[in-house]
Amino acid sequence: MKILTGNNLETGAVVWWEGKGWSLHVDDAVDAGEEFETLLATEEAERRVVGAYAIDAERLDDGRVRPAHIKDRVRALGPTVRPDLTLKPNDPNAIAEVL
Amino acid sequence: MYKYDQYDQAMVDARVEEFRDQCRRRMEGHLTEDQFKPLRLMNGLYLQLHAYMLRVAVPYGTLNGQQMDALADIADKYDRGYGHFTTRQNIQYNWIKLEDAGDILADLAKVEMHAIQTSGNCIRNISADHFAGAAADELVDPRPYAELMRQWSSFHPEFTYLPRKFKICVIGADKDRAAMKLHDIGIQIVKNDEGELGAQFYVGGGMGRTPMIAPMIREFVPLDQLITYAEACLRVYNRYGRRDNKYKARIKILVHELGKEEYTRQVEEEFQHMLDQGIEPPFAELERIRPYFADPAFETGLSDDIDRSDPDFALWVDTNTHAHKAPGYVSAVISLKPVGGIPGDATAEQMHLMADLAREYSFDECRVMHTQNIVLPHVKKADLYALWQKLEAAGLGTANLDQIGDIIACPGLDYCSLANARSIPVAQKIAQRFEEKGQSNTLGELKLKISGCINACGHHHAGHIGILGVDKKGKENYQLLLGGSEGEDTSLAKITGPGFDEDGIVDAVEKATEVYLNEKQEGERFLDTYRRVGMAPFKEALYG
Ligand code: HEM
Ligand code: SF4
Repeated sequence: MKILTGNNLETGAVVWWEGKGWSLHVDDAVDAGEEFETLLATEEAERRVVGAYAIDAERLDDGRVRPAHIKDRVRALGPTVRPDLTLKPNDPNAIAEVL
Repeated sequence: MYKYDQYDQAMVDARVEEFRDQCRRRMEGHLTEDQFKPLRLMNGLYLQLHAYMLRVAVPYGTLNGQQMDALADIADKYDRGYGHFTTRQNIQYNWIKLEDAGDILADLAKVEMHAIQTSGNCIRNISADHFAGAAADELVDPRPYAELMRQWSSFHPEFTYLPRKFKICVIGADKDRAAMKLHDIGIQIVKNDEGELGAQFYVGGGMGRTPMIAPMIREFVPLDQLITYAEACLRVYNRYGRRDNKYKARIKILVHELGKEEYTRQVEEEFQHMLDQGIEPPFAELERIRPYFADPAFETGLSDDIDRSDPDFALWVDTNTHAHKAPGYVSAVISLKPVGGIPGDATAEQMHLMADLAREYSFDECRVMHTQNIVLPHVKKADLYALWQKLEAAGLGTANLDQIGDIIACPGLDYCSLANARSIPVAQKIAQRFEEKGQSNTLGELKLKISGCINACGHHHAGHIGILGVDKKGKENYQLLLGGSEGEDTSLAKITGPGFDEDGIVDAVEKATEVYLNEKQEGERFLDTYRRVGMAPFKEALYG
């Protein structure tokens, strides 16, 4: 599926389109279909997101969302070298899930 | 240290307010991202993998304690308690909020710092030898010239939209500790036969996707023509540098395509023309700047003895200190490369400690090295043991300068949006592997440098061993390079062959060091052995 991601304008935080707004959690991401250009343009214009783009991802059996490219998995999680700074700090599985 | 005069301070303060207003207008919707992006980049603010990233300029790498404290406070107050010192002698913060950007720049301005010219196609922060003003082998402190060039290049309207970014480096010793020949312009301050000081110009070096070593284009430029000559170099570039293709836009491509002779001819022609125009700042300006870099009040009659009875301390003294011009003093290097740590990262507490140690032991001065370590330039030998104990206690006492564990690593895919692969975990695994083998200090000088993509921020082209992260069908992959150097014997490393995965590259580095140990002759460093025996035995061990 295609999901949408970008950053929050004021805080820079990585965000994911969850259907009505933007979530910090990649697992909230919804399938954006193929018609997302207008949506992205509107969201950018309304300053609800900056630098937004669409990526490939898959929904796993347990409901989690896994971006296809490692770069977006690192964005979703945080740096793999600082477990204390991942989105859910000190989550023992987080880094394994990214890689 | 240089102190801002009223003009410097007024310029920086005005810039803070201007940028604060630009941020406000962006957040209120009066500026689009397309309009705002070039403005934020001119103030060092990037949008990176996890948040905004702020790059702060540290002119020629020199900081006083108060400035280091301010960097620590920014890490604490606006970021996540740490910062990353970079190969360009700057510092980057990875978790910055746009809404804080104005306040951060205001805090920096209070201690005479800023983020101007840390991005964009302008003359970037000027780098210099990190042992400037201290090294025993130095002819002259390069920093007054770097400072003069900083003032000349700051906001220079002619150089605001160059074809591409432009990096200048100034050194004052024959030993090149600043990768001078890998800059757009490298300058070595030299003495001619008449005993006069002048500037030797190297133009068109660089790393990135097309690495090149800068050729020397002028042996001696009199110091009262330094700025004019630099301006002539830039003017030819500004006129003919390729603006049609970002990948061919650096001055190295122009110098390469025109050829050194033709480029030099054009520079000399422009130079003659400009001499008539009298654009050189008055010599008095250099004379005004120079006293700021005068020697601190070194004590005399000090002993050169060091009590080496503690073997760990003795090892640190042997690896992490550098000969000083004043008797009884040394320059001490604080390693930001603990085994398994993140190269170049320092916590706010560590920065505060380094600030305190600079005040206590080094005339209130420290330096950022391009190898992502910190120097206390002027330490009394008698104080070394006390200093080392405090560093050890804070995890800053690793004895590994220029050895296998002193790895340069760019932020890579853990932080950088341009990356193909992660750099930091590779650095960590390599340092750990050699520590486990008990070889952290037994392989001699061995400079290992890792970049997460072809942009080469981690100087992989200049590593005795270089590692380049590439994307292999969506997976991280690492190429191994051998034989680079960034010193006075600058050379570009060559790729050994097909790449490796993350664990494979650690094994490959180990194999390369085994070849070295087998082949090495008395007194040879890894690089010397490689240069003598060539690539073949290494290839055989890696792929045979
Ligand atoms: C994370 C944000 C960064 C971005 C987006 C970035 C971007 C780039 C790009 C695009 C180039 C290639 C320029 C060219 O060849 O024309 C480059 C080169 C370089 N950057 Fe970075 N970089 C980043 C971080 C760093 C860091 C952290 C350092 C220091 C550790 C650094 C130091 C350098 C150096 C030394 C070069 C090669 C020298 C040269 O310009 O030829 N950069 N960077
Ligand atoms: S070399 Fe590439 S990955 Fe590393 S910091 Fe530079 S641009 Fe990013």
